Amino acid sequence: MVEALYNLFGGEGQFLYLLAIVASILAIVLPLLIGVAFAVYFDRKIWAAVQMRRGPNVVGPFGLLQSFADGLKLFLKETIIPAGSNKFIFLMAPMITFTLALISWAVIPFGEGMAIANLNVGILYLLAISSLGVYGIIMSGWASNSRYAFLGGLRSAAQMVSYEVSIGFVLVCVLVKVGSLNMSDIVMSQEGTILNWHVWLFFPVFIIFFISALAETNRPPFDLPEAEAELVAGYQVEYSSMAFALFFLGEYANILLMSTVMAILFFGGWYAPLPALDFIPGWIWLLAKTAFFFWTFAMVKAFVPRYRYDQLMRLGWKVFLPLSLFLVVVYAGVMVYGGLLPTNG
Amino acid sequence: MAEVDIKNYCLNFGPQHPAAHGVLRMVMELDGEIIERVDPHIGLLHRGTEKLIEYKQYLQAMPYFDRLDYVAPMNQEHAFVLAIEKLAGIEVPERGQYIRVLFSEIGRILNHLLNLTTHAMDVGALTPILWGFEEREILMEFYEAVSGARLHAAYFRPGGVHQDMPKGLAERIYAWTETFPKVLEDMEALLIDNRIFKQRNVDIGRFTAEEALAWGFTGPMLRSTGMAWDIRKAEPYEVYDKLDFQVAIGTSGDCYDRFMLRLAEIRESLKIMRQCLNDMPGGPVLSMNTKFAPPRRGEMKRSMEALIHHFKLYTEGFKVPEGEVYVGIEAPKGEFGVYLVSDGTNKPYRCKIRAPGFAHMQAMDFLCRGHMLADAPAVLGAMDIVFGEVDR
Repeated sequence: MVEALYNLFGGEGQFLYLLAIVASILAIVLPLLIGVAFAVYFDRKIWAAVQMRRGPNVVGPFGLLQSFADGLKLFLKETIIPAGSNKFIFLMAPMITFTLALISWAVIPFGEGMAIANLNVGILYLLAISSLGVYGIIMSGWASNSRYAFLGGLRSAAQMVSYEVSIGFVLVCVLVKVGSLNMSDIVMSQEGTILNWHVWLFFPVFIIFFISALAETNRPPFDLPEAEAELVAGYQVEYSSMAFALFFLGEYANILLMSTVMAILFFGGWYAPLPALDFIPGWIWLLAKTAFFFWTFAMVKAFVPRYRYDQLMRLGWKVFLPLSLFLVVVYAGVMVYGGLLPTNG
Repeated sequence: MAEVDIKNYCLNFGPQHPAAHGVLRMVMELDGEIIERVDPHIGLLHRGTEKLIEYKQYLQAMPYFDRLDYVAPMNQEHAFVLAIEKLAGIEVPERGQYIRVLFSEIGRILNHLLNLTTHAMDVGALTPILWGFEEREILMEFYEAVSGARLHAAYFRPGGVHQDMPKGLAERIYAWTETFPKVLEDMEALLIDNRIFKQRNVDIGRFTAEEALAWGFTGPMLRSTGMAWDIRKAEPYEVYDKLDFQVAIGTSGDCYDRFMLRLAEIRESLKIMRQCLNDMPGGPVLSMNTKFAPPRRGEMKRSMEALIHHFKLYTEGFKVPEGEVYVGIEAPKGEFGVYLVSDGTNKPYRCKIRAPGFAHMQAMDFLCRGHMLADAPAVLGAMDIVFGEVDR
C-alpha cells in the first residue's frame, strides 16, 4: 500500500516515501475513527432495539451524528485529574490504550496488497500489540489512586493475560494449516467459494476464538474490569473528557479489530462468498463481515449477565486452555500424519 | 526479613453506587476479592417519618406511607389504614376490601418486577429491566386511573378506598393479566436457564430457616428457605381468606431461589387479581360511618349533618379511641407492620413502623462474608431493599 502510494507520488526521494507512509496511515486511521463513531451508534441502536427503546435518534438524521456530538462534548470538557494520582501515568494510560488500538491496524489487509505493512509475522505482531494493551488499563487502574479503579485494573490484567493464552493456541491451529504468519497469506489460503473458508474446518476453534475475543476486549459477559454493579466503571472511573474518550475509542477500535481479525482468520477476509460476487470490491466484503461480527458482539452484550471474577478465571484456565491445547494437538496431528501440511512455506 | 503486616483492602461501597439500590453505604473489608466484613451504614434517607406522623392527623399521616417503600406504595397504606380501622372499629364495605386487595396485588407485581429486573441488572443482565419497566408503566397507569397519581397514590382510606374504580378499568386490568404472562415468559427465557445467571446466583447468600427466623426475616426472604409463612394465609386480612392462591416457597434459601420465588409470586398475584375482578360485588367502596369517612358529595348538598361531618373531618380530623394496636400485612418485601398507639385525640401518640427491609439489611454482613465482591450486589439485589422504608 505504501509502495503503491509512493509510486503514485512519483517514486523519488526520502521525503515522498515518508509522505506516502503518512498518507497510507491516514487512509486507514481516519476511516477507522469515523467507523468507530458509527460502531458506537450501531451498538447503541442494536442494544436499544433489543430493549424496545429507540436509542439515539435526535442528533442528525436517525441520530447518526450522536457519536460526533458526544465526542465534541467530551472534547470540550475539563480533564479532571484526581488528587493523589500520578499525573504522568494517569494521562499516559489512555494514550497508550488508544495508540495501541490504532497501530494494530497496520497489518490488517483490507484487500489484496491493501495493508500498511505486509509483515511476514503479522499474527505475532497482532498478539504482541494486544498483549501490550493491558498496560494502558493496569496503569490507569494504578495511577487513579482509587480503589474501584485499582480493582478494575487488577481484574483486567488477569483477564486479558489469561484469554490471550487460549487465543494464541487457537491461532496456532489456523497457522499450522496455512503455513504462514502473514495475514494476507492467511486470507489467500481461503480463496475460492464460501466452502474454502476456515470456519468450516476450524469451527470449534472459531467458537473459542469468538469467546476469547469477547474477553480480550472486555465485552459482556466478560466486562469485569468495568463491572458496573460492583466497580462502577472499574479502571475508567476517574477519567473524564478526552482521557475518557481515548479509552472509549480505543475500546471500540479494539472490538472492530477483533471482528476484522475473525473475518480474516475464519471468514475469508476480503473474498466474496462466491466467485460470481467478485465484482463487489474486497474491502466491502471485509467491512460487511466485520459489521456482522460487531453485530454479534452487540447482541451478546444485550443478552447475557456478567461472569464473576473467579468464574471467568476458571473458564479461561480450566476450560478454554485445555480445550484449545487439545485442539492444537488434534489439528496438528491430523495434518502431520495425514500429510496435509502446507508445502509452500 | 521482617514480617510484613498485610492490611485488608477497605472499600467504600456507596452511597453513590449504581448497585446500592438507593443510598446504601457499605464499608467492606476485602481480602483480594473475598469479602471479610460488610458494615452497612443506613440512615442517609432518614426523613423522620415516624416522628412526623405524631404531629399529623390520621388522614394527613396516610401519604407518608406511600413514601416509605415507594416501589409498592399502596401496600404500606394498607397496613396503616388497617391499624386505624382495627383501633376505631371501622367496617369496610366488601367492594372496598376487594379493591384494596386488587391494588395490593398490583403493588406486589410492581415491586417484584422492579426487584427481579434490578437483580438481573446487578449480575450484569441489562435488558430485562427495560422489558419489565414497560409493564410497570402500565401498572402505574392503573394507579393513576384510580387515584390520580402514578406513585404516591394516597388511595386507601380508613373505611375503604377514596373513590370507586373508573368505568372500564376493571376490564383493562383483566386484559392486562391475560397479556402480561407472555412478557414474563420472555423475561424468564433470558434469565432462568442462563448458565451465567445460575452461576451467579445458585448457592449465593444462602441461609437456613432457623437463621432466617433468628434475623427476623419475613416475606420472600423467609419463604425461600422453605418456610411457608405468609400473613395473607396465616392471619388473613381483608378478603384473602376467600381467595384461592398458593404460597410459593423455595428450597435452598439462595439468591436463585428468591428470584424464582418472586416469579411464582407474580403468577399467584395475577391469579388473585383475576379472582378479585371476577368476584368483586357492587356497592359502596367507602364506609358509611361518617364519623370517619367523608359523606357523599350529593348528601352534603341536602343534609346539614353531612356538611358538619365533612367540615369536622377535614379540619379537626377524626378521633381514634384510646388504645394500641399492631397490624402486620404481607407487603411484597415481607411483613410490613404498623404499631399504633392512640391517646384518644385526632393524632397518633406513636406510630412505629416495622419495615421488612430493615431486618433484612442487618444480615448483609452475615450473608456476604466469604463471598466474592461481585456477589454482594447479587445478595443485595435478591434481598430486595428499598431505602425509603429502611431509613424511614
